[in-house]
Order: sequence, then structure tokens, then C-alpha cells
Amino acid sequence: MSATDHSIRKGEVLLAVDQVSLSFGGVKAITDVSFDIRKGEIRAIIGPNGAGKTSMLNVINGFYHPQQGRITFKGQTRSKMRPSVAASQGIARTFQNVALFKGMSTLDNIMSGRTLKMNSNFFWQCLRHGPAMAEEIRHREFVEDIIDFLEIQAIRKVPVGKLPYGLQKRVELGRALAMEPDLLLLDEPMAGMNLEEKEDMSRFIIDVNTQYGTTIALIEHDMGVVMDLSDRVVVLEYGRKLADGTPDEVKADQNVIDAYLGVAH
Amino acid sequence: MASSSARADTFPKLLMRNAVLYGDLPALRHKYLGIWQTWTWAEVAEIVRAYAQGLHDLGLRHGDTIAIIGTNRPKLYWSMMAAQCLGAIPVPVYADSVAEEMVYVLEHAGVTMAAVQDQEQVDKIFSVADRLPALKAVLYDWGRGLRDYEDDRLHSIDSLIIEGRTHFQKDPRSVTALNDLIDQGKGSDVSVILYTSGTTGRSKGVMLSAERCIAAADDSVAFDHLDENDQVLAYLPLAWVGDHYMNYAQGLVAGFCMACPESTDTVEQDLREIGPSFYFAPPRVFENLLTRVTIRMEDAGSFKRWLFNTFIGIAKRYGEDILNGKSVPLGGRLLYALGNLLVYAPLKNVLGFSRIRVGYTAGEAIGPELFSFYRSLGMNLKQLYGQTEAFLYVTVQPDGEIRADTVGPLAPHVEIKLTESGEVLFKSPGMFLGYFKDDERTAETLTDDGFIKTGDAGFFEPESGHLKIIDRAKDVGKLKSGALFPPKYVENKLKFFPNIKEAVLFGDGQDYATCFINIDLTAVGNWAERNNVSYASYQELAGHPDVYAMIADHVTETNRSLAREPLMAGAQIKRFLILHKELDADDGELTRTQKVRRGFIAERYAPLIGALYNGTELADITTEVTFEDGRKGSISARVRISDCPVFTPNIGKAA
Repeated sequence: MSATDHSIRKGEVLLAVDQVSLSFGGVKAITDVSFDIRKGEIRAIIGPNGAGKTSMLNVINGFYHPQQGRITFKGQTRSKMRPSVAASQGIARTFQNVALFKGMSTLDNIMSGRTLKMNSNFFWQCLRHGPAMAEEIRHREFVEDIIDFLEIQAIRKVPVGKLPYGLQKRVELGRALAMEPDLLLLDEPMAGMNLEEKEDMSRFIIDVNTQYGTTIALIEHDMGVVMDLSDRVVVLEYGRKLADGTPDEVKADQNVIDAYLGVAH
Repeated sequence: MASSSARADTFPKLLMRNAVLYGDLPALRHKYLGIWQTWTWAEVAEIVRAYAQGLHDLGLRHGDTIAIIGTNRPKLYWSMMAAQCLGAIPVPVYADSVAEEMVYVLEHAGVTMAAVQDQEQVDKIFSVADRLPALKAVLYDWGRGLRDYEDDRLHSIDSLIIEGRTHFQKDPRSVTALNDLIDQGKGSDVSVILYTSGTTGRSKGVMLSAERCIAAADDSVAFDHLDENDQVLAYLPLAWVGDHYMNYAQGLVAGFCMACPESTDTVEQDLREIGPSFYFAPPRVFENLLTRVTIRMEDAGSFKRWLFNTFIGIAKRYGEDILNGKSVPLGGRLLYALGNLLVYAPLKNVLGFSRIRVGYTAGEAIGPELFSFYRSLGMNLKQLYGQTEAFLYVTVQPDGEIRADTVGPLAPHVEIKLTESGEVLFKSPGMFLGYFKDDERTAETLTDDGFIKTGDAGFFEPESGHLKIIDRAKDVGKLKSGALFPPKYVENKLKFFPNIKEAVLFGDGQDYATCFINIDLTAVGNWAERNNVSYASYQELAGHPDVYAMIADHVTETNRSLAREPLMAGAQIKRFLILHKELDADDGELTRTQKVRRGFIAERYAPLIGALYNGTELADITTEVTFEDGRKGSISARVRISDCPVFTPNIGKAA
């Protein structure tokens, strides 16, 4: 199901990164990188350590502001995007080091992903009554769907700080899903997991993609996982784009082989 | 009740009866999206009828078999009922079996359809579909991940129900046609085929008829005074006789409500929310609960620990006597009432046992300590002895005659005989029709006068008339000295220690008894944490010298207790080792109902058994393991063997 039908799924461009460069002082994190993410695909960004993958995600969701280049999301071009704007426009993300509210339950953490969707005013929310209650019930229903989807019913009321790492990652994915994102950015969703947890997570990522039609961009180190999951892969090295294409194309690319396996000088 | 169910001799007829008698009362509950959804008997009857029509349109006919694979979910129970409406035979299959195990049952039963829970099961079925030529349709409950599947045989259960309803609307005659089908159902026909878990070789398909099932359930419902106001949590495997009997059959006969857990991981929370009034669990479950309670109490503050220990002590002294209706001094009663207020009631509430009127345990021997613990809290926990072939009950303990070391006197309408070798034979109201497509083994199991051989050795205690089961008849062996060697009897003694999860005894035809031990990772892990013992894996913890010392104490204690029993004194354990891996059903070491497969283990770990008897202290072993996804790997380890003191038998006195 994964690698075979990417040609069918290629939709319109959802997000385009155009000649983006980013530097911190004298350090060039990203140099003149362009690629696009199409609606409905699973797009992987891979590369060795320090290749600029996370920086790229941070640029996409507006946390870093590139010195040069443009980012077009849903047809709107802008050079600077604030994270809050990115979030309200439908970009959700997870983090390399889990960034959840440790003292809050799984349910509350995922509910916090619905904050942007809440409309009732502050007054009612304080009272947790009237329109605020009706709204909360609606959102709770949505969140329960996610809990069911991710099969985390058993930890619904457990504070996330008590959960094992693999489950925390799943909760974080749940919170990102609660935003009903158009574009989901996953920063190393499988880092530090064992084989079984990786397989579970892969299944959830594919299911999110097929069930909700969410476009996903992910960074991952595990090559096997990346090649199985993604429709297209972009390879970065030292902040430059090395290759871009389907997993098979990328695997056959000499530059990529050199970068990963080393090359004789 | 008895009169009305006497007329209904099939489960679909009972369902229609319940829809009339208890129309507005809850029949099924299922927690979905965090909320308990409820269906009344009238609603269930309507759904099942529509579903049956849908199945009929798909081509399911009288006598066809349909596999039911998944956890306890309403739609799978409806699948059984709907199939039975048409006279088709449901064949529940253990949901956690790997495809290879599953295909044996599906092939043997010749299933034409399968009703399954989700994508995982659909994948399993399709992966072996080429060996199931008769398979016409696969019906699924939960559609996630199945959207892109293009197979004409795949249908959702919901769509079938809707199609059935449409059919009824378009063609009103079909309503009466289905009624006729239900009415024509004969109680003597096969109602369900339950495959045994295969403790001994390949599993066998036990055919049960509806009238016998209902007769058996009628008896036990009357015995325990169950009625339409009771509630159970259905969490046991569908394929196991326990679930089919306790929940499905008794539920339909008594009209009580069956609640299905949200997922297999949430059973404990769901138990607490539902607060069932009738509860069944194998001893293992009670053991795990007690282990967890004990661990949590050890982590609690000193005041709470004192409170708990003090009042559990009081419960031990008076609790069981109060439950059994014996005379207890007023002071004891007052203390017990105080304990109930402070400890027992809150504890039972946390465990979900607050409303239990009748609780059963069976399947394995239960530790006397464990058994009295729950009973002393005021829980009416009883034991029964049963078999799939009997449709469960052979003996059962009535209220007020409860003992940890027996399985009780005969259940109503059951006859028992003992052979000279001590094997238990019985006749029961629910007894099976035979093994499916296996006349040879049916004949082997039945005696000439129609009794069923259980294969268990046991004896009746003369003074009470209670049956005591020693072991599987063929497992009871002899040491070289001629002393009795009852492996399970000793293993059970060992397993009563919380630190020991599993024990496998060897010694038949040898000079002395030896033993493999599996430590309990929860209990020993907690001990390790409290004692600053660091470990990275099960293997490392199992090989730790302190763990060995602790287990050696337990084995010594067991030997001491064996020495007190003249019959069993010869079976004391001289040497033991702690296995480097947990015994696992995926590796074929346990059955799916978590029973030890002794012969297989002996073969697999032959080098270790050799080492137990040749006096060496260390042995190397490499074993193949199967991961949950079916891939294989291997573990190699060096295992240490430890010696243990044995005691001279001293009759009647503590050593």
C-alpha cells in the first residue's frame, strides 16, 4: 500500500519551500533548499546528523525565520510565518523530545490540541457551563475518537509523565491530530523506540494518512521505516538538498549513497 | 423462569423470549469513545434478526460453520446469535492465535464465513485464504485500515445489518420466513463448536447442542439465583467455554446484562465502572490482582501500611467465618465492621468487586492463601471443576461449603464415577455430542456406558463428599524409588509464592524431582527496585544471585510443606534452575489458556534437564523465540543450577 500508489496520490502542492537559506550567525544551517509537499502524501526529510532537518521543520512551522527564500502554504506566500499563525492555518507538529504537559492526563493533553477550535468566550469557559459545556462535549467527542484511533483508552486518565516513552510519543501524535491539521510535521516520531513500538507507530502514521487524508512530513533516522512509509523523500546534507524523489529513486542516487556510506577520496 | 426457558430450546428462541419478557432491560453494554453504550433485549433482538437476514442473503445456511474471531465485542456476540438464528454453527477462535494456528481450526471446521474484529484478523484470514476453499465471506466489526482493501468477500457487519433491515422493508414476507427459520431451530442440533485449547496435542472441536447447553445453564442459573438484574463483564476469550457458558449461555437463560470492555487493556478500569454482580476469573487473575495490591501497599506510607496490615489480619481471623455464617465473637464482628469501613470496602471498590454476589474461579488450583484473602474480604468466591466437554460444570461449591483445596461436590444433575486408577468420569446435562469430524477420539473419550473420561486424577474426600483433583492422570508419575510424583500438585505449591510465576517439575522415572522456575517480573522487579538491584532484562534479573537465593528459600519452604504430607514427601525438589526467558504461548511452551505444555518444554530444554541430573552447576542453552509478528530469533544463555535441602517426612508435624 505504501510505495506502490504514490503516483496516484500526487495531488496539488500544499506547501512549497522555495530557495530557503537559514543561518545562525556564521553557521549556515540551510542553504538554498527548495522542495514541495503535495496534498495527501507522506513526505520524508532525511539526512545525517546536523543536516538541517529539524531546522527545516522549524522553518516550515514558522519557528525560525529564513534569511532568504519563500514559503508558500495553501497558495499564500510569505517569508515569515509565526508559529501561532502556522498553527491556526493548519500546521501541527510533534517534537523530537516529547513536549507534553507532564502533569496532565492523556485526555487533557489531547484536549489542549483543541484550544484553537474553541469559540465560546472566556466568561463561559471559566464557569464551564452553558455554551462552553456544549462545546467541550463536542470537542471531547472528537478527542475520544482520536483516543480510540490510537488505541490509548487504557491511559486516558493517566498523567503523561508516568507513561513510557513510546506511549508519550503516541499521545503527542494525538495532540497534533486534535488540531485537525492539513499538514502534520513529525520530528523523529520513532526515535528511541523498540521494534514493536516502531511498527505500531508506522501503522498509525499510515492510518492517519489514509483515514483522515492528512498530509504528513516526517523526519526519521530509521531508513527502513522511511523507505516503507513515505511517498517521496528529500535528502539533506550539510544544509543542502542532495536528492529528491521516490524512495526507490533516492536509494539509487549516487550522491545519497556517497553521503551515507562514505566515499573514497 | 425455568418453565419459560424449557420451551425455548435454542439460543435464538431465548433471545426472542427475552425481547418480550425483558424488552426494556439492558442486554449488552459496550464502552465506546469513553461512554458505556447500552442495547436493550428488544434492540438486540431487532439487530440480530436484521443481521441474520443479511447473513442469509450472503448465503449462510443451516449447518454451515462461521468462525468468530476477536475480543468480546457486541457485534461478535450478535454474529453468534444471528448465525444460530439460521441454524448455522458459530466456531469461536482464539483471537491471539497466529495465522498458522488459526488455519488449523478454520480448515478443520470448514468455515464458509468468518466474523472478525478488525484489520489484524482480516489480514490473518486472507493470508491463509488459499487453504480455506469454502470461505465465502469475511465480515468485520471495526473498519479501520480496511478502506483500501478490494476483496469481494469483505463486508462490514454494520452494512449487513442495514441490508437486512432494507430486505425486511422491501419484502415483508421475509420477516415471517425468518421467524419460521428461528422456530424450526431444533434443540438437538449442534449449537456451537468450541475448540479445546490443546493442552494435549491438536485441539479438538467440541460440538455442543443447544438443548443441553440450555439445560446446563438452567441448572447453574437456579443454583446461583441469577436473574435479569445481574450484570457481568465479558472479558474472557470468546473461544473458551468459560465465556460461552458464564456470559453467553447464562446471559440468555437468565436475561442478565453482559458488558463488553472498551479494549483488552482497560478490563480493570471497566470492571470497576461496571461493578459486576457475577464474576468469573481464573486463579491467575486473582493472583495478579493480589500481587499488585501487595506491591502498591509496600510502596504506601507507613500509616496506610499499618492500617492495611492490621485490618487484613483481622479479616483473616474473622472474615471467612462471618461469610460462612459461623459464630464469631461480638468484638470480632465490630472490628470486622470497622475494617470493612476503612479497608475492605474501599479495596473491593478499587478492584471492581463491590457488587459481586457470586464469584467463581476454576481452571487451575488456587492457592489457599489467595483464596482466603478474597473470601475474608467478604467476597463470595467459590470454586468449580469443569470441562469443555461437560459444557463446564462437573462439580461446584454451594454457598457455605467453600474450601480452597477441593472443587466441591457434584453440580446439579451430574453423575461421577472414579476408575481404579483414580481417573474422574462424569455424565452431565450439558455434555457434548462428540468431537467434530473425529469419531475416533470421541470414542476414546467416552466409556461404553456413556461417561466422559476427564483425564484428571482425583478422589472424593470421605467426610465432606468434595472432589479433590490431584493432576492430569497421565502426568502423575513415579520416582525410581516408587514414590508418587504429582508434578502439578508441587508446581501449584510453588506458584503460590508471588515471586514465582510458573514452575515446571520433572522427575518421572528419575531418582529425584527437579524444577524449572519462571520468576514473576512484576513482583521480583519491584523487589529489585526496593533493594537497589539493577538489571537490564528479564534474563539478567533471573540470573541474579540474590534472586536465586530468594527462590531457593521458596523451594525449601515448599519441600518442608511436602515433607508434612506422607503421600507427597518423595516429590521434594532437590535441584532447580531459573529459566532465562518467560514461557510463552507464542513459542508453544504454554497453551493459549496459559497452561504449561510439559512434554514440549522437556524436549526444548533437554540440555537443561540433563544438567539438573548430572550434577553440573552451569548449563548452556540456545532457544528459538517467536516475536509477536511471527518472526523468529534466538536467545542463548548460561543458566545456573542450584541445590536445595530436602526434609525427612515427619507425619503430622511441622518440620
